[in-house]
Amino acid sequence: MNATASSAAPEVILAVEHLTMRFGGLIAVQDLSFTARRGDITALIGPNGAGKTTVFNCITGFYKPTAGMMRLEHGDGASYLLERLLDYRIAKLARVARTFQNIRLFAGMTVLENLLVARHNPLMLASGFTFLGLFGVASYRLAERAAIEKATYWLDRTGLTARADDPAGDLSYGEQRRLEIARAMCTDPVLLCLDEPAAGLNTRESGELNELLLFIRREHPTSILLIEHDMSVVMGISDHVVVLDYGVKISDGTPEAVRNDPRVIGAYLGVEDKEVETVEAEVGL
Amino acid sequence: MWKSTKIEPASPHDLRSAFKRASLGALVALGLFGPLIGLRSDQGPTGALEVTPRWSWLAIAIAAVFLGTFVRALLFGTEPVVVEGRLPKSMQRLIAPVGRLVAPAILLFALAVPVLFFNNRYLLDLGILVLTYVMLGWGLNIVVGLAGLLDLGYVAFYAVGAYSYALLAQNFGWSFWICLPLAGMLAAFWGILLGFPVLRLRGDYLAIVTLAFGEIIRLVLLNWQSFTGGPNGIGGIPRPSFFGIPFNDDEDGFAAVFGLPYTATYRIVFLYYLILGLALITNWVTLRLRRLPIGRAWEALREDEIACRSLGINTTNTKLTAFAMGAMFGGFAGSFFATRQGFISPESFTFTESAQVLAIVVLGGMGSQLGVAIAAFAMLSAFELFREFEQYRMLVFGLAMVLIMIWRPRGLIASRTPSAFLKQPKVVPAELVREGRA
Repeated sequence: MNATASSAAPEVILAVEHLTMRFGGLIAVQDLSFTARRGDITALIGPNGAGKTTVFNCITGFYKPTAGMMRLEHGDGASYLLERLLDYRIAKLARVARTFQNIRLFAGMTVLENLLVARHNPLMLASGFTFLGLFGVASYRLAERAAIEKATYWLDRTGLTARADDPAGDLSYGEQRRLEIARAMCTDPVLLCLDEPAAGLNTRESGELNELLLFIRREHPTSILLIEHDMSVVMGISDHVVVLDYGVKISDGTPEAVRNDPRVIGAYLGVEDKEVETVEAEVGL
Repeated sequence: MWKSTKIEPASPHDLRSAFKRASLGALVALGLFGPLIGLRSDQGPTGALEVTPRWSWLAIAIAAVFLGTFVRALLFGTEPVVVEGRLPKSMQRLIAPVGRLVAPAILLFALAVPVLFFNNRYLLDLGILVLTYVMLGWGLNIVVGLAGLLDLGYVAFYAVGAYSYALLAQNFGWSFWICLPLAGMLAAFWGILLGFPVLRLRGDYLAIVTLAFGEIIRLVLLNWQSFTGGPNGIGGIPRPSFFGIPFNDDEDGFAAVFGLPYTATYRIVFLYYLILGLALITNWVTLRLRRLPIGRAWEALREDEIACRSLGINTTNTKLTAFAMGAMFGGFAGSFFATRQGFISPESFTFTESAQVLAIVVLGGMGSQLGVAIAAFAMLSAFELFREFEQYRMLVFGLAMVLIMIWRPRGLIASRTPSAFLKQPKVVPAELVREGRA
């Protein structure tokens, strides 16, 4: 990515406008608009059931939104309307990678194989859509070696090198979380969507996660959008926080601003008795 | 859940529980064997059915069940006995080098069979039959074992291959080597046709639709009389020639050209090597594909479809290629079948065939090439071995299946070899590999 973009006013990478998602009578997300800037770590937070994962599923194409627009800008002028793309094309063309709240690894395949599957599309091209690869052409072997090198790089970054040849299902919970991030990063994403990456991690592990995410922001042209409950992660590393409650955006800004927003405190901790009295008086109870 | 019970001397309590268990077993046996063994129906002199009770037989069967259960309960307790699936490390190390030699040894033996048993027509025919099923098993293994799509209608592609070959060879007079790839392509085309409607289905639902597809193909072949000959089938399908040299006792026949005394066995030996070659091509292609992105995508699809899509894999194309590849090899096997038999009819392509091929794949261990080959060999030779037992053959077969599924619930070779490694390949244990449902 060009250096000017990150030093000057950071440009927008993802603009979500008036996103609404209805499941029958249930409105999971209502008229949500927010932007994520290039090179930033944007956090999406909110109490349970606020619609965060629904937003993720809309962005990554697993749900088709009822209404709204999601525009993803690559730095080079290419832009994609995500609501018009199929899920796998969002990953392939718009280069949005994601992880899952309940980890989805290929448990029966080794750690290295998991990362090689992430290089499917470039390898498919190099293998001449299988026809050339069947006869072991040199270009495919080179591409495969490059894929293994990329995998080794991310194994190294996530501290999984020693476990490269072990089945993914054998890894500990924390290692599986890291492998999922490594696998997503192997697709060379422009936007990385992490769904609760710190869930189930201990303090040391979530500290390591913070470092990994900061490393990605520093060294790679990948912007991060994350859902998180662990406030040490959210407040520690994010540049921008969007707060959802009952599918509606209630706050948007820097971590400090959001932390002190009374509406956010209300959503998480409930409101003071005095406020309840005021409201009760208003409705005439 | 999984525990092995220690053997301890019987205590009165154990005796009581063993007795209770044995009585329960005897009761179940009474219900089961009562009508099966206790009553015998014969056709009487007037043509009506006569029922003769066989109480002594029934008593013997129930006593055997009672005693067996009682002794077993005393020895091993009433908990179900679970055989340890994995051998101790020291044993594994001892067996590992032998294990590596199994596949080459089998291959050498397969190559030597026509030389060793040149005069034994029966064994050569059995060899051809086994190899046909090995090839079908390897073909289905792509769909079921690698891509995890449960296909109960595989015989449809076998039929498409056989009829394609028969009709092309008869109507256009084309040679085997032209018809073979065409039959494979047509079968692959039908594989894709089947693939489209079932793309959204998984597991059991997919199995039902593929089952129906297999039946549809068979019924079309049965009823489209003007084209397929209906139940009469197609006869007089051209026999294969040795690249243009026919296997007969003419002057330009195979024996005469090569200056050998004429026997009909040359044709059988040629057929044997033909199917061996076709099966080995299937194996080679499958092993290569596993190391290519498409093969990894198939296995990833079996493990987790949603994760596949999140990584930009077009799951539609991936499933369709799996169906097409599996169907293509089924088609090859089908055209071989047609040229070997010289006659085909819809009767050869019933659901039983699909079930048998699927049983071979499941028994061998889904995804394991060697396991499928061993299972095909074991199953078909067992069928031949128990031929004398006639109606008890299926009983023995069922019993063997049950025993093997208790002993090795995931097939003979259930562990998975990784397609790529960084330092050293480690086998993935069977418990972690998903099977049968994508």
